[in-house]
Amino acid sequence: MTTRTFLVHGLLAGLLAGVAAFVVAYTVGEPQVDRAIALESAGATADHHHEDGATASDSHSHSHDDAAVSRATQSTLGLATGTLAIGVVLGGLTGLLSAVGLGRLGSLRPAASTALVALLGAVSFSVVPFLKYPATPPAVGSGETIDSRTALWFGFVAVSVLGVLAAVAVARWAARRWSGVPGTIAGATAYAVVVAVAALAFPKVDELGGFPASILWDFRISSLLTLLAMWAVIGAALTALVDRTWRRQEAVEAQRAFAAAL
Amino acid sequence: MAHAISSSTSSTVTPADLAIPLRELAPWLVLGTLFAMSVLVLISSVQGAITIPEGTAIHEWVHDGRHLLGFPCH
Ligand SMILES: [Zn+2]
Repeated sequence: MTTRTFLVHGLLAGLLAGVAAFVVAYTVGEPQVDRAIALESAGATADHHHEDGATASDSHSHSHDDAAVSRATQSTLGLATGTLAIGVVLGGLTGLLSAVGLGRLGSLRPAASTALVALLGAVSFSVVPFLKYPATPPAVGSGETIDSRTALWFGFVAVSVLGVLAAVAVARWAARRWSGVPGTIAGATAYAVVVAVAALAFPKVDELGGFPASILWDFRISSLLTLLAMWAVIGAALTALVDRTWRRQEAVEAQRAFAAAL
Repeated sequence: MAHAISSSTSSTVTPADLAIPLRELAPWLVLGTLFAMSVLVLISSVQGAITIPEGTAIHEWVHDGRHLLGFPCH
């Protein structure tokens, strides 16, 4: 099994994951996006950013009604572009990291180490950042703070992903020194400490104003489901593909060993 | 290793034998990480932070994906 095998498998798994994420986002998420935009248009959250957009940062226009791209396109082709692009990128990267993890995560066999890498990717890239900076529907947030909020989000994701990489290094070191179980516990503890400290250190973002809680809840659940669907498919498809390649290789080697023994 | 002995009937390959050397992995990782980061930045494209010549086209196009995938937008 080569790096190339893992990358190709990862890209393929990511493509499937992008399709799955689109299906979930379109069916579960779009109704919530539409409700939020309807509220925004009705002016229920008026002072939020329509006025900011018009005065302060004209370039950052989010006026959904007169936007350059129509709502019908944004919710179909636009959404699909986003989920497919992110799916392929995350799938490819997960594939490459599974190639690194191959044979390096204790005595885990290829399928198991790949599944573990995908799980760590889901937790560190999506689930933990979501807990600190959950997704927000349209109409929430001021146009003036978008730059700082984006920087905070990327910063937190970076800390979380680097934290999990460091935690794996700690786990491997502890597993060599003692054994697998204390190693796993040490790694999990290291990651928990890193993200807990980061979560306390990073500032809170609260720009919800009077946004209706029920729409917010439904939107966030749908966003989380979209992310989970994407990672579930990346993990399942990549693991299945890697396992298939591994079994083939194993069969060939067993045959060769059998022939040599004759 | 007990593992190697017990599994000698089916295969003599242990997981550690499969590890791909890091010097072979490194260039893939560098390129993959840079590519992934540029796509993430493009999708999250904040006006002002990066300027796409044509303005807000990409930003508007992937707007819903950004919201539903948890990127900051508004
Ligand atoms: Zn938006």
